[in-house]
Amino acid sequence: MKLREIAHSRTGDKGNISNISVIAYDEKDYPLLLAQVTPARVKAHFAGVVEGEVVRYELPKIFALNFVMDRALGGGVTRSLALDAHGKSLSSALLDLEIDAVPDRL
Amino acid sequence: MRTIRIGSGAGYSGDRIEPALELAEKGDIQYLVFECLGERTVALAQQARLKDPEAGYDPLLEERMRAVLPVCASKGIKIVTNMGAANPLAAARKTASLARSMALSLKVAAVVGDDVLDACKQRDLPIMEFEGKISQLGNRLISANAYLGAGPMAEALDGGADVVITGRASDPALFLAPLIHAFGWRMDDWTLLGKGIVAGHLLECAGQVTGGYFADPHFKDVENLARLGFPIGEVGEDGSLVITKVEGSGGAVTAQTCKEQLLYEVHDPTRYLQPDVTADFSQVTVEEIGKDRVRISGGRGSERPATLKVSVGYVDSFIGEGQMSYAGPGALARGRLALDIVRERLKLTGVATNELRFDLIGVDSLHGAQVSSHANEPYEVRVRVAGRTDNLRKAIRIGNEVETLYTNGPAGGGGAYKSARDVVAVASVLLPRELAQPQVQFIEGK
Repeated sequence: MKLREIAHSRTGDKGNISNISVIAYDEKDYPLLLAQVTPARVKAHFAGVVEGEVVRYELPKIFALNFVMDRALGGGVTRSLALDAHGKSLSSALLDLEIDAVPDRL
Repeated sequence: MRTIRIGSGAGYSGDRIEPALELAEKGDIQYLVFECLGERTVALAQQARLKDPEAGYDPLLEERMRAVLPVCASKGIKIVTNMGAANPLAAARKTASLARSMALSLKVAAVVGDDVLDACKQRDLPIMEFEGKISQLGNRLISANAYLGAGPMAEALDGGADVVITGRASDPALFLAPLIHAFGWRMDDWTLLGKGIVAGHLLECAGQVTGGYFADPHFKDVENLARLGFPIGEVGEDGSLVITKVEGSGGAVTAQTCKEQLLYEVHDPTRYLQPDVTADFSQVTVEEIGKDRVRISGGRGSERPATLKVSVGYVDSFIGEGQMSYAGPGALARGRLALDIVRERLKLTGVATNELRFDLIGVDSLHGAQVSSHANEPYEVRVRVAGRTDNLRKAIRIGNEVETLYTNGPAGGGGAYKSARDVVAVASVLLPRELAQPQVQFIEGK
């Protein structure tokens, strides 16, 4: 299934850094996010977009992850050549990530 | 326990105006905050001020104030805003004269002192985003404005201001100031200040916590976005917080909208750096307690940073751009051919740029060829070429090379668009906080 089935997401921008939240609709799916939405997978998913490091912060109280992606906005919001200089649309791209459902959910 | 209600009347400078009026009329609020100052807006406003000493504040100031001043005056709602941009004093004078013209008796205050250009030059501070110091920007340097905290704004409210107008200040601090004023929170009570920052952070983007920037049909449905209501924060003197909105307005306040906004533009959630406190969002919990009512708990804080973040505006470069559309069978192939032609033309005509971008809008313009590789063949495609140049003349030639596809390019190219502009960009430096000396100046409206 797609990540979109179990989580919602929002992108924020500061300079050349983009952050994307990934928030479980149902707290039962938070372990799936923890196990499968890793910084390495997010970095690979955004090949050609994110040039820098991807760091993941965990927020177990709200069943959410926060990805901070360095050098992700074409040199920075105020100078980017990109059509979507803020990277607002990146959250939608991340929700396309493929997730393996755990056996007890099948 | 005492509680105040703060409305958020704008999430950016061009935001809708009538939801703010709705908040003032029906929101039972005591404070109305307008956050209208984007990262680079101060630099653009400073350019305007250099041309006209009475300019340099928010272009919508007059329209917004005209809309809300009468009802705010009659209900005693205090206004706090960063619409002063590069010229808070002129904005305050303008607001006071508007109030007079509407026969309203209002005390208007300006917070000045965020302009720290001289201090940054003297110290020749290092730039955070790239290798280099302030002095290397030379005559391309436009402005340097420190993100001020809530203190001066709270002082203005303590002094009886009905309207407080700042330039650069931390966005959440616009909301923290009324809390400090109303409850007498101490400026070293890191826990309370941290809670106040959580409130300000959730409210500062207005509609983004009430269902804007959120809807995704069949997954996250939101009703009546054309009439989106702006948020109200109900804050107690112990820092307790409920986010809500005007009854009957569009949109929704849910645990989901609040969680998304809590993490918006946040990096390390345990260390959200602010001028007044290092806020900690990591233990925050979110609970729906009624329709469009969400309780937020668990905000914390620790000691404030020793430095203030300063936004430095400078002339970075020029950007030229052109677009053209193709449709029907073979649209994508003709779009690709068009891009190849422009790529070669820019080489042939010597428009040397070290940064060029060739997009197929509808195919790969947002996330590049790799991420978009499994896209289907579209019915129509729009080509877009954008490049960075060191002068305006070259930037103009990029758009021209796309436009000339009309008569020189693939079949059926239509709807050419071109633009060329100078780029004012923003970088950051960290300034020892004692080098910024904010002051409050009152302007009597009557």
